[in-house]
Amino acid sequence: MQTTFSLGTIDWTIILIYFVFVLGIGWALKRYMKDSSAFLEAGRSLPAWVTGLAFISANLGAIEMIGMAASGAKYGMMTVHFYWIGAIPAMIFLAIFMMPFYYGSKARSVPEYLKLRFDEKTRGFNAFAFAIMTVFSSGISMYALALLAQVIMPLEIDWNILGMHIGEFDFYLFVSAAIVLVYMVLGGLTSAIYNEVLQFFLIVIGFAPLVFIGLQDIGGWEGLKANLPENMMHSWKFAGSPDANPLGVTWFGVLMGLGFVLSFGYWTTNFLVVQRAMAAGSMSAARKTPLIGAFPKMFLPLLVVIPGMIALALTNVGSLELPMKEGTMVTDFDKVIPMLLLRYMPVGVLGLGITALMASFMSGMAGNVSAFNTVFTFDIYQSYIKPNKSDKHYLKVGRWTTVVGVLVSILTAYVARSFNNVMDFLQLIFAFVNAPLFAAFLLGMFWKRTTGHAAFWGLIGGTISAAVHHGFTLPAGASAGVKGGFFGLVNTYPSEMAQNFWTAIYAFSTALILTFMITLLTKKLKTDDELKGLVYSLTPKVKDDSKYWYQKPQVMAIIIGAIAIVLSIIFW
Amino acid sequence: MGLDIKIPIGLMFTILGLILTILGIVTAGDTEMYEQALGYNINLFSGIIMLVFGCFMLFTSQLFKKKKTEE
Repeated sequence: MQTTFSLGTIDWTIILIYFVFVLGIGWALKRYMKDSSAFLEAGRSLPAWVTGLAFISANLGAIEMIGMAASGAKYGMMTVHFYWIGAIPAMIFLAIFMMPFYYGSKARSVPEYLKLRFDEKTRGFNAFAFAIMTVFSSGISMYALALLAQVIMPLEIDWNILGMHIGEFDFYLFVSAAIVLVYMVLGGLTSAIYNEVLQFFLIVIGFAPLVFIGLQDIGGWEGLKANLPENMMHSWKFAGSPDANPLGVTWFGVLMGLGFVLSFGYWTTNFLVVQRAMAAGSMSAARKTPLIGAFPKMFLPLLVVIPGMIALALTNVGSLELPMKEGTMVTDFDKVIPMLLLRYMPVGVLGLGITALMASFMSGMAGNVSAFNTVFTFDIYQSYIKPNKSDKHYLKVGRWTTVVGVLVSILTAYVARSFNNVMDFLQLIFAFVNAPLFAAFLLGMFWKRTTGHAAFWGLIGGTISAAVHHGFTLPAGASAGVKGGFFGLVNTYPSEMAQNFWTAIYAFSTALILTFMITLLTKKLKTDDELKGLVYSLTPKVKDDSKYWYQKPQVMAIIIGAIAIVLSIIFW
Repeated sequence: MGLDIKIPIGLMFTILGLILTILGIVTAGDTEMYEQALGYNINLFSGIIMLVFGCFMLFTSQLFKKKKTEE
């Protein structure tokens, strides 16, 4: 089967027009970048619908687009748990309960909030871990883009520049990095956010025809049902026992592991997404950011999960052949989206679909670079390297950090290319560091007694317990190594997902218990006055200034919750 | 920020919408080209939707609001 596209002039024109607009936005924003706040915090001035769409778009990068389609093909409808039980409750919680502290405290980043609430070492730990994680994530996005681009847009590049061999992979890597670099240096966080909004609309409009035609081809929902096993067509029905469903997890694992620990940990403490809400123009807009994002988020499975299911159904009917992973007999589900684009899209919309994919990868890169900038400049440079300099100085540092961030990302993209296992291993370590973070926030925000020592050692302890759990368990069929089991084997899980969920549950519980106990043993160093605006009981309730009742965050939250429940029942 | 994001979004989708609509009209009836899309003239459909969306964004942007207040 043909595995490359033949792009027409029109397809290339569409891609070029997108690049022109992306760079144009950066150029138009340049004159507004007068201080470090404008560059690194978007001047805290954006409307809620812009930050709301950027909030979910920042997460809609390579891993989400490619990974969720692959999960759709592997786990079927159970993948929707990542949305309706995963993201939605966490986004509501962030909006209603946590945003008042993030936005109201005037902290410029998540690590800075940790410094205000706890102490210097907690901030330092989080800032360094986060900074390293973001450049690696950005590198993975770039790697995925270059890999995809060389497959779908073969240019037959074989240059020799100063003794260095430049192939297609290198060409696409440098071009995309250069574009992101230019628009980020020009417009900073605002550039990143504006391009995320642009990307959101491109993905919706570019992928809708793909899903529409794909569904028609398989015979609609009924056809999908007829050609997939029954346990792939339900989200909850087979969650009673881990052996009955493709995810290999029970309802408890889904609720606690994914719904509570992993999702709350990601959506409420990851600065990459929280930064979007903090860039909003007012407290009310900041609280509405995750809520406005939640509306489209609920319907994203239609665009990213269903294509995976369509591809598997087509394979079952025998009308599509998915490629194998290089050198193995394992189906490579990561190629689902490009395969479907190739199958259904004629010249024209094909260019649109590819543009949407590239936009998603590039803004995934830019999102990470923008978060890295802010954390590096404020939490590492200003705190540990050169404090008390002029604002102009920090603006300059922010700009140069962008350059460094992109360069390091290019490096990590090559690391990802040469040592696949190294990247898996790094992502694993980040998962260990992130899992207990939500415990520190939960106790810190709602229990004023929680001390800095307790939070710090809770984080360390939680991270270690995650590593220990992972080291003693393995998903079925895997051998000891990155997948786990490096300390020996105590338990085997039916799937990698199940193992991840339980690692998160152990890490969170350990961090929660440790933080609680150490708090009781240590002295509270911060006075109630210092904790004002940072802890629930010491902060006056925010009054919402929305004009209409349906614009109030609480009302929006109830409507979103109700829709998510109805969707879960329909696809039970 | 001084730049209204609706302007670049509106402009881009209007331009891309126009391109796809024209392509759709020119290639209408080309059954071979649209065979892979199950016979749907997908360029025309997508083009019109993008055109409508692009124009909507432009008309609700600062570009038109400013003019109104000046009048």
